Amino acid sequence: MVTRSATAWDVAATTPDPELPMLTIGDLGILRAVDESADRVVATITPTYSGCPALREITADLERRLRAAGHREVEIRTQLAPPWTSDWITDAGRGKLAEAGIAPPAAARPRTGPVPLTLGRRASATCPRCGSAETVETAAFGATACKSLHRCTRCDEPFEAVKPL
Amino acid sequence: MTEHDNPYDWLADVHADDHRWAYGTGFTDPLAGIDTSVPEGMDADALATYCVALGDDALIYSHRLQQWITRMPELEEETALANIALDLLGQARMLLSRAGAIRGRTEDELAFFRDEPQFRNVRLVERADQDFAEVVGRLLVFSSWRLAVFERVTDSADPVLAAIGAKGMAELTYHRDYAAQWVIRLGDGTELSKQRMQAALRTIWPYVDELFRPHPVDLVPIQRGEVDVVLDTVFATAGLDRPDVAPLALVGGRAGRDGVHTEALGYVLAELQSLPRAHPDATW
Repeated sequence: MVTRSATAWDVAATTPDPELPMLTIGDLGILRAVDESADRVVATITPTYSGCPALREITADLERRLRAAGHREVEIRTQLAPPWTSDWITDAGRGKLAEAGIAPPAAARPRTGPVPLTLGRRASATCPRCGSAETVETAAFGATACKSLHRCTRCDEPFEAVKPL
Repeated sequence: MTEHDNPYDWLADVHADDHRWAYGTGFTDPLAGIDTSVPEGMDADALATYCVALGDDALIYSHRLQQWITRMPELEEETALANIALDLLGQARMLLSRAGAIRGRTEDELAFFRDEPQFRNVRLVERADQDFAEVVGRLLVFSSWRLAVFERVTDSADPVLAAIGAKGMAELTYHRDYAAQWVIRLGDGTELSKQRMQAALRTIWPYVDELFRPHPVDLVPIQRGEVDVVLDTVFATAGLDRPDVAPLALVGGRAGRDGVHTEALGYVLAELQSLPRAHPDATW
């Protein structure tokens, strides 16, 4: 018998993201709701990207953690609307990203009205190592769906950034 | 973690449940816990067919993009195409799952166990790109068109389809920007790059008409004008001309949305489906 020490939300929210393990799903803003009643817990998560392969791992991990915390009946639900945006990453999450050398995302584009076409280079991110704004985007896509690659022209270090999307 | 001889044993151990690796049956349902009942007054069969069509567009095109993996000129572009293919595969999974929830079939059954005439994708997505100019040219056309479609789809009376549309828009915008930047770079580059970019557009253009041909399968109308504005802006910046070539003929009045495809689709499906068809219960 496991003693329940934390609320189901606390247990769920501290599940790490497999691709950005310094962040929890609470930091990322993909945990949408945790409903607790008697022995039953329903946790609702939303994908960052349509094809995000981490979601399956997160679902399995989340379920395991809630069970380990003493919840006998656990259900993980997906929610698509409203769609996740990088604006949902919490301030704590942004701090952890920067500390890990990954530039946190700038504000995402507004989702209303016609979608403007970006023909020039996108604004680059601030260097998480030296703080310089003089950086260039070296690749629009990175090792995971949520990141792009950049280089700082002041300290010359390459770095990753979470895409503002 | 206990000791294992190889990483596969470890994966099998930490995932003692039914999770599969790589292709396979038994992926978790991308719509798990989502209410997939069809809103009252909506034609369920028409909704399912439309979701299949939009899902097939993404599934087949994703496969063509995946074929470039390990063959791109630079690692950055390879990563880009892999990421775009992954986004589209994710969209395909949700759309086929949405259709499957109505038809009582799984996304895997729809992807792996239908034959050519049952696929409803447009013919643009079927052919193999011959060079990088064709890759970015087709991606520009496809993502501009699909973004316009998804903008409309967000107003669907079906909340699930509307949510899939809203979810995909940011992804498609990013794909379109990537493609537009490359089309401009090649069009506004050297004599040779401009020539090859223009030639690529000429190759792609016969397939464009079909995207805007009104078809009963398509539940939302797309005005060609709004997509043309985007394409013309890119072409003007790149110094490229909009090709003036005849559209690919219909076959007895029918095309991709009717299940009439080009020869190229057969090759995609052979590669995509042969393994699950030979080993329907394979797991690893």
